[in-house]
Amino acid sequence: MNGVHDMGGMQDMGPIQYEENEPVFHERWEARAYAVVRAMGAWRKWSIDAARYQRELIPPAEYLRMSYYERWLAALIDLMIKTNLVTRAEIDSGNLAPGAPKSVPPLTADQVLPAIARGAPANRDVPAVAHFTAGQQVRARNMNPVTHTRLPRYARGKYGTVVRDYGVFVFPDTNASGLGERPQHLYSVRFAARELWGPEAAAHDSVYLDLWDAYLEPA
Amino acid sequence: MANAEPGRARHGDDHDRHHQATPSDPALRVKSLESLLIEKGLVDAAALDVLIDAYEHRIGPRNGARVVARAWVDPAYRQRLLTDADAAIAELGYSGMQGEHMVVVENSARVHNLVVCTLCSCYPWPVLGLPPVWYKSAPYRSRAVIDPRGVLREFGLELPQDVEVRVWDSTAEIRYLVLPERPKGTEGLSEEALAARVTRDAMIGVARVA
Repeated sequence: MNGVHDMGGMQDMGPIQYEENEPVFHERWEARAYAVVRAMGAWRKWSIDAARYQRELIPPAEYLRMSYYERWLAALIDLMIKTNLVTRAEIDSGNLAPGAPKSVPPLTADQVLPAIARGAPANRDVPAVAHFTAGQQVRARNMNPVTHTRLPRYARGKYGTVVRDYGVFVFPDTNASGLGERPQHLYSVRFAARELWGPEAAAHDSVYLDLWDAYLEPA
Repeated sequence: MANAEPGRARHGDDHDRHHQATPSDPALRVKSLESLLIEKGLVDAAALDVLIDAYEHRIGPRNGARVVARAWVDPAYRQRLLTDADAAIAELGYSGMQGEHMVVVENSARVHNLVVCTLCSCYPWPVLGLPPVWYKSAPYRSRAVIDPRGVLREFGLELPQDVEVRVWDSTAEIRYLVLPERPKGTEGLSEEALAARVTRDAMIGVARVA
């Protein structure tokens, strides 16, 4: 979707605010929010793509105002309600709904480090037609889905060169909306800075994007 | 870490980032939420503590620094790192969440690499830990792709025009780590001493190793 999260190329966002010796978490609540989001993800009621999409759905003024973990928290609540893990009344009151069943958490303390070390690979060992090859000139499609996509606006309609085929990966556009993983080839595509930003851009600079087969068309 | 360069924006008063407490103060909401989820049996309290400890104390840029130092001293390792980063990084014991598909991009006299996630905050956790606030914020996310040299200038790094800047926008699950150039005059240093000099910023690409 063409939301404010799709920020590449936006201007007037202000100076980069660098903090020396920045702590991992600035407040304890941030650490707790991080852990709760990760632990709830273990229920596998939503994919990472759906989680990212949910954050993008935060209303734009709120999205820009909120701090990072505030966005995580807001989106988590939306996801949990959407997937019937909690109700809005339970969130607002902080209390269980009467008669609500008690569950058993899928992620226990002893499983955390192994789960972190294993990760959640996004590639899939399935055949898929590769429509493009390394060295080929391509154009990023002029597509404007209202739902989740990982093709930024700044690259749409632009010409680039396929640098590498990374293999077959889960397709976020469908996965985020519960429409299936639809695995397909993922490519590293190089776009010249001048192609993206015009003749004033530096002559030798470039931006590399990782783009799925469905985002591209032959140039 | 080196002092901020002149012209680099310093982190301002906490109110810049933490707006005045509202009735829905996040600290209170998180506390209430955590209690609710524990009570419902949806999360395990001890698991939350292990998760936090992992990212506060165990997983951080020191991991990536060791990878870089190893590549500097061992040319064969460097080759493995550039051709199959997952395997090479796993040799040092680092793997997993948000680092399942690693690619290492090397800086040279002719090429300077910079990593960003314009759409959110994608970052190679196993080697760098969790990203700093500036990496996840609008100024960097918006400007890294359109004005990388301006961003680098803000970090105190001016690159000649004939150096090629490559910006890697992490739009998929591939996670990028910059292999910085080894500084001159470090020939006699041990691998451990070299690792101590490698900064997180250099592995994102906004700095060189001093």
